[in-house]
Amino acid sequence: MKVDEIIKAKNLPIKDFDGIIIGGGGSGMRTSLQLAESGLKTAVISKVFPTRSHTVSAQGGITCAIQSDDPEDDWRWHMFDTVKGSDYIGDQDAIEYMCSEGPKAIFELEHMGLPFSRTEEGRIYQRPFGGQSKDYGRGGQASRTCAAADRTGHSLLHTLYQANLKAGTDFLNEWFAIDLVLNSEKEVTGVIAFEIESGEIFYIRSRATVLATGGAGRIYASTTNALINSGDGIGMALRAGFPVQDIEMWQFHPTGIYGHGTLVTEGCRGEGGYLINNEGERFMERYAPNAKDLASRDVVARAMAKEILEGRGCGTNQDHIKLRLDHLGPEVVHKRLPGITELSKTFAHVDPAVEPIPVVPTCHYMMGGIPTNIHGQVITIKDGKDSLVNGLYAAGEVACVSVHGGNRLGGNSLLDLVVFGRAAGIYIEKSLKQGLSLQLSSEDDIDQALNRLNNLNSSKDGKETAELKKGMQQNMQNNFGVFRRGDLMEKGIEDLTNTRNAFENIYLSDKSAFFNTARIEALELQNLFEVAEATAITANERKESRGAHARDDFPERDDDNWLKHSIYFSSDKSVSKRDVNFRPNTVQAFQPEERKY
Amino acid sequence: MNSTIPTEELRSITLSVYRFDPGKDKKAYMQDIEIEVPVNKDLMVLDALVLAKKQETSLSFRRSCGEGVCGSDGMNINGKNGLACVTPLSEAIKGEKLVVKPMPGLPVVRDLIVDMKQFFDQLEKVKPYLITKDEAPEQERKQSPEEREKLDGLYECILCGCCSTACPSFWWNPDKFLGPAALLQSWRFIADSRDQATEERLDDLDDAFSLYRCHGIMNCVSVCPKGLNPTEAISNIRKKLINRKK
Repeated sequence: MKVDEIIKAKNLPIKDFDGIIIGGGGSGMRTSLQLAESGLKTAVISKVFPTRSHTVSAQGGITCAIQSDDPEDDWRWHMFDTVKGSDYIGDQDAIEYMCSEGPKAIFELEHMGLPFSRTEEGRIYQRPFGGQSKDYGRGGQASRTCAAADRTGHSLLHTLYQANLKAGTDFLNEWFAIDLVLNSEKEVTGVIAFEIESGEIFYIRSRATVLATGGAGRIYASTTNALINSGDGIGMALRAGFPVQDIEMWQFHPTGIYGHGTLVTEGCRGEGGYLINNEGERFMERYAPNAKDLASRDVVARAMAKEILEGRGCGTNQDHIKLRLDHLGPEVVHKRLPGITELSKTFAHVDPAVEPIPVVPTCHYMMGGIPTNIHGQVITIKDGKDSLVNGLYAAGEVACVSVHGGNRLGGNSLLDLVVFGRAAGIYIEKSLKQGLSLQLSSEDDIDQALNRLNNLNSSKDGKETAELKKGMQQNMQNNFGVFRRGDLMEKGIEDLTNTRNAFENIYLSDKSAFFNTARIEALELQNLFEVAEATAITANERKESRGAHARDDFPERDDDNWLKHSIYFSSDKSVSKRDVNFRPNTVQAFQPEERKY
Repeated sequence: MNSTIPTEELRSITLSVYRFDPGKDKKAYMQDIEIEVPVNKDLMVLDALVLAKKQETSLSFRRSCGEGVCGSDGMNINGKNGLACVTPLSEAIKGEKLVVKPMPGLPVVRDLIVDMKQFFDQLEKVKPYLITKDEAPEQERKQSPEEREKLDGLYECILCGCCSTACPSFWWNPDKFLGPAALLQSWRFIADSRDQATEERLDDLDDAFSLYRCHGIMNCVSVCPKGLNPTEAISNIRKKLINRKK
């Protein structure tokens, strides 16, 4: 059965696995490793060869209180920083779990061979990152981010791939997942997916389906994200009738290379680099007198945007900021930041050991996602209450277990991947071995999941992918960026509403079966559109400023009304609120305070 | 940031690109596609391919990160293997023409996409993972900065395949000669102070083909987009093999 045909469920071949993981990045491969070692029949479905996944682009490190730089460091301090960084809508049970389990997960990675940089004592090297403190904010800057030079994501992803090879994980590489298959109980029984090269399509059936599809930064025109970051898991979940949480919370990384978007790690500022405006002023001293350039990312990105808006941007168009590293000396720049040196030379034509790098705040990370508990089990809302979705799990950037809340701290995304990828694996292994079973899906259920593909394959006219994508990305960039305003967002939402039909009916001119990237891009764009619309509608509903969500028309945080998660369903485009968890197990909850850096 | 797209002065270039769709083409052919690129801004080859795909939506190539770290878009650009996303047009283009073909030596799946199976099969043969025999400590295994430094120039490999598909020895024996990428990975683990399988790794390489088919042509070094040196890694393994026979 090939992907270029109009397909009926009754003809569709089936592949059976105990567990499937959709996505071969850091979280997916951490889950698969856990399951492969358990002897269960599991497969990773990845649309790219696993080491091409976007985890590879993470640079600066993985934050965790492993007590190398500071033997007195405490995971509770890390927890405090993360809660504060989240602007108090991170779930404290999940943050507690991540920060306390973190060291175990890091040491496991080291045992697998991750080539961390080292201290003189032979321990893992840790560097300072934004928003880090000792002693619950009272003890000054901490150095808590474990690093492999500035190639930590590359090292982590390759190490996990290597460990999976060793464990004998079954990889379905260059397979694309189209939609989830449900049953009459609205449980998830697997996914429709095809092998990109041959075009062979299957219903891949499983008792545990894990979404580990990463982010969706490509909804914006300018992003640090890979071209493959199209929110496939979010699209699949929304179409299946499951919600997304805090999807309006998008991190703009302070330092994307001007004109290109390539990430320049926060580790640059951790190693002593700083930002300057066109007067050469180290302006972060005005915005964050204590932490300065190592304030939280939302704070730094807004300060940069303000400098530019007030006419102090650099360059002939006064539209960017400069990142100085030259004062650190070539030794530090080349040894600690070799990848940045390479990227700066390639994309900005500057050697950072000599000249500053031109940078602008650039879309970087999706704090929101599919709500889950700490075991990766997906949560939906029924009659205003949390309800677990049988058969479906999520981990990593696609999930919102909510450790990042309104703003993620640097180095916490890699930790999120390995801690919750691992946690999901442990939980799934246990429940599968206890004999978890699901009702079978009917042919109608399967046909439902084939709709999107069949629609695309029968398209006869309309707009094509490239044209539609450009308009959507520009809309998101202009109306849902660092600063947001009701009237502009409404205009943006209207534009999305008006174009939904065109996105649902993309015209696919090339309908061939073998390695057809045009079909993939069309399917991806439909996923991006779901993410964009969810972002837009939810952003307009959250009438306050919190974390990365900064509104000119509601400049203050509103704890009375919005110390809440947002929950969005695409079926009726509704936004509701969900309680934030303030019940950690072993420490007192951290109560909201004014955020100062 | 809000951004506006300024109007740019454009010039036309010809992209001559290898085309083959196994569903309809009996054999491969080269297609010329005219694209407009900015005069004052240097694009990368990948940008040019994306522009071409807007006109020819069926044109297929792999790409992901767009910044030279994921290794998806290795291809043959004006006769030399490289990553499309970090090869500037100003460097790649000869005259007004840019010739782009798939990496040589591997079967073509479609257009610029090659079947990497042989490449990854060879990689797996070197057991590209840390092997330890002692029980892991509670914390990390200790490694000095000097020991860790031995991995620099090795762990950065992105498995793009540019080196192995530029290697005549690999073209001739892609099933027997492991190729520069796999051998660099082999040395990456032999060189790691934490790895405890040096002897078995060397045993596996001690035949006429796996390693010794390297003739020091050094194409691998000249094309590596990460500036790595597989030839040196191979010669390091060779030295170990020779020393152990003494």
